[in-house]
Amino acid sequence: MSETVVTPSPSSPPASSPPTLLDLFVAFAIISLCGFGGVLAWSRRMLVEERKWMTSEEFNDAYALCQFLPGPNVVNLSVVFGRRIRGPVGAGVALVGLIGPPFVIVSIISLLYARFGEIAALQRMLFGVAAAAAGLVMGTCAKMARPLFSDRLGLAPLVALATFASIGVLRWPIYWALAVLVPVSIAIAWVRR
Amino acid sequence: MKDETGTLTTLASYFALMSLFAIGGANSAVPEMQRVAVEVERWMSDRQFTDIFAIAQVTPGPNVIIVTLIGYHVAGFLGALVATLAMCGPTCVFAFYISQVWERFKDAPWRAAIQAGLLPISIGLIAASAFVVTWVAAHSFVAVAITLATAVVAYTTRLNPLWIFAAAALFGLAGLV
Repeated sequence: MSETVVTPSPSSPPASSPPTLLDLFVAFAIISLCGFGGVLAWSRRMLVEERKWMTSEEFNDAYALCQFLPGPNVVNLSVVFGRRIRGPVGAGVALVGLIGPPFVIVSIISLLYARFGEIAALQRMLFGVAAAAAGLVMGTCAKMARPLFSDRLGLAPLVALATFASIGVLRWPIYWALAVLVPVSIAIAWVRR
Repeated sequence: MKDETGTLTTLASYFALMSLFAIGGANSAVPEMQRVAVEVERWMSDRQFTDIFAIAQVTPGPNVIIVTLIGYHVAGFLGALVATLAMCGPTCVFAFYISQVWERFKDAPWRAAIQAGLLPISIGLIAASAFVVTWVAAHSFVAVAITLATAVVAYTTRLNPLWIFAAAALFGLAGLV
């Protein structure tokens, strides 16, 4: 995708003028469309570095919240940030900015896939891409897991392993597995605090 | 017509519920999506699910877009809309209200405990996702090799994954996967 759709105007005063609803929409649409393979990196770049709407600490704090909340992280981030700037309307506008453009793109792709999905050449390409996409998730997971093991070894790796085994290998429904594992894990964290 | 409404309701309830358990992001719910779409509801084959996962990953935008693709596959444009709203709606409302009180409890010990307790859960969920999609994408030794090579590159470098996807697509096109 295009790297620099909007170049920040060098004269824009940092944070002194609150962003308008249109600013919000455009910013999240750009985050969404450029932030391919890692929307987080782009949202930090846009909100903290380019637009200077948040400090780095504010961003980290908002992101930590969105990571622990259930649901799509960056979607949550758009709501949390939009609310902070412009209340409920801001939250809605940021959300539509983030989800709207890819929704349109994906709808078109879906049409094409329904029509051409069985073409052998496309099918072969998708085999390759799926294998790489799986590897990407694996690599991300390894990155996330690093602090878990460098920490003084508690029961956290065991909890991660139990989650992995019950949902990934045994294929239990996510609800039953988490109904047990989440309270247990929080209790462990509480006791060890 | 009645059938269609039924399908949309089913989509909405699955994704709305699932979103509340997707700790760590949309990718955390991929095993559950596969379980529901392929094994429980039989909306699609394993291969179609893999295709959809691959397309979602190469499409710009947040990972949650996989839900849009599933919705479209099941019930066309309306299905896509319903599935996306269901996956985003409940947690957005949640995020909206929680973020209002979050600041106030910045130093509360229970807040730290919840955060510390949910971290290994989210890692376990992503690991489960990686396992499930690797499993369904493993057509051949070359496919497994691509998966492992991508994992190593993603872990050790900051290369834009677009390049890896392009290379993998070429491998596939050449009939090697």
